[in-house]
Amino acid sequence: MTITENNIKQPIGEYIQNWARKHSLFVLAYGTGCGAIEIPPTMTSRYDAERFGIRGAATPRQADVLLITGYLATKSLKRVIRVYEQMQDPKYVIAFGSCTINGGMYYDSYNTINALDRYIPVDVYINGCMPRPEAVISGFVELQKQIASGNAYNATKYKENLEWYRENQKKIIKNWRMPDYNW
Amino acid sequence: MEDLAIKILGAVLTTIMAFTVGMFYGGFVRKLTARVQNRRGPVVYQNFIDLLKLQSKTTNIAHGFMHHMAPIWMIIASLTTLMFLPILNGNLWFPNISFHGDLIFLLYMMVFGSLGMALGAGQTGNPNSAIGVTRGLSQMVGFEIPFVMSLIALMIQYKTTSIQDIMIAQNESGIWNMFSNPFAFLAALFAMFGMFRYSPFDIVGAPAELASGPVSEFGGKYLGTMMTANSIFSFFKLTLYVNLFMAGAGNINDVGIVATLIAIVILLIKTFALYMVPVFYGWVSPRYRTEQAIRYFWAWPSALGLIGIVWALI
Repeated sequence: MTITENNIKQPIGEYIQNWARKHSLFVLAYGTGCGAIEIPPTMTSRYDAERFGIRGAATPRQADVLLITGYLATKSLKRVIRVYEQMQDPKYVIAFGSCTINGGMYYDSYNTINALDRYIPVDVYINGCMPRPEAVISGFVELQKQIASGNAYNATKYKENLEWYRENQKKIIKNWRMPDYNW
Repeated sequence: MEDLAIKILGAVLTTIMAFTVGMFYGGFVRKLTARVQNRRGPVVYQNFIDLLKLQSKTTNIAHGFMHHMAPIWMIIASLTTLMFLPILNGNLWFPNISFHGDLIFLLYMMVFGSLGMALGAGQTGNPNSAIGVTRGLSQMVGFEIPFVMSLIALMIQYKTTSIQDIMIAQNESGIWNMFSNPFAFLAALFAMFGMFRYSPFDIVGAPAELASGPVSEFGGKYLGTMMTANSIFSFFKLTLYVNLFMAGAGNINDVGIVATLIAIVILLIKTFALYMVPVFYGWVSPRYRTEQAIRYFWAWPSALGLIGIVWALI
């Protein structure tokens, strides 16, 4: 049995699961850069992200969305990869601010990375320096649309193209001592 | 045979009711908290969506045997305690096995889930879990003292340990224990703040400090199972309090469907009113440190419990 909504056909079980995933996003905000300051207003009274079912998660084990807020130093990239690999499927990544897209104002810095999606797969980019809470919420709504249509499968891409990602990651992280995860 | 069928049906109905009510109460609290903070907040059935999502996640974490057992242990403890509790007063529909257990037995069983959780969290090896477990057990030592004292007061007052008998005695005399022994009730109420772990006693979870404490290595289906267990257990605790101090669901001994529904509505009103007490207290309180929490429980609530026992003796 299938359900058709917005010209997308899905089996009914998957449709219900995607509906639940869409309306219940546990966010692990990885506050790397200055973008972390935009998260409290997004979550609290003024913009209230909880009405979309978005709430904070404390650990990667419980989280669905990894929110990378701002530039990533080469040191913190290692932690981000570990956090991402500890998260449970289905998982999504939202990259936040210009720095994650092309390096932003740190484009020629020696110790930040320029494009995040060379290292972990990104589902939604929110551009701006800084993106305001309205933009953040619109990014989440975009992710919800992707989840509802069943297209948010970037985590699977990561597993399929793991060698390519590992190669890029090891170029940045010289002392590679990480546990191997067998998903 | 028919007897057994009714019992099984009653057990299933009780479980479904406890689960639904517990989950909805959690949703109401989230919504009300949002309204107090001038937000719109999530929908009231948000907890059900969360549960559905958690159950549809893959869970590939393995830390050992106890880690897998902890959520199961919790849900077993919740269901067992629920089965030993008389839900309605003298009703045919939800008797379960409440006549076989008494207050002392329930006191032991209530700790069972937390202990299973402590063992499971201990095996994950996460330092946050270990700190959370120590805090949780210390807090339990704190609030168990006034709680047990108030229960002893009731046992002395009615010379029985049966919850059913205490409920019937209250209905016969027409005075709730809340009023006939106010000190015991107050002590139990303070203990309830610790039991529900809302602020200022959310020292176990402490999201900003301990990364959700004992559950920090549990995700997906495990977290979903724990959420279910917690919902059922909170319904159990509320019903136990209503049975002991507010005469249960009133004096309705009719077995008809309408009478049962009225009794359930009365029970829901009483439990919700009682549930709002720790929630209201939480809205206006910051978080205590562990030793402050224990000192809190061992000071006035324990003193009130002691006065309650003396009150019951004279």
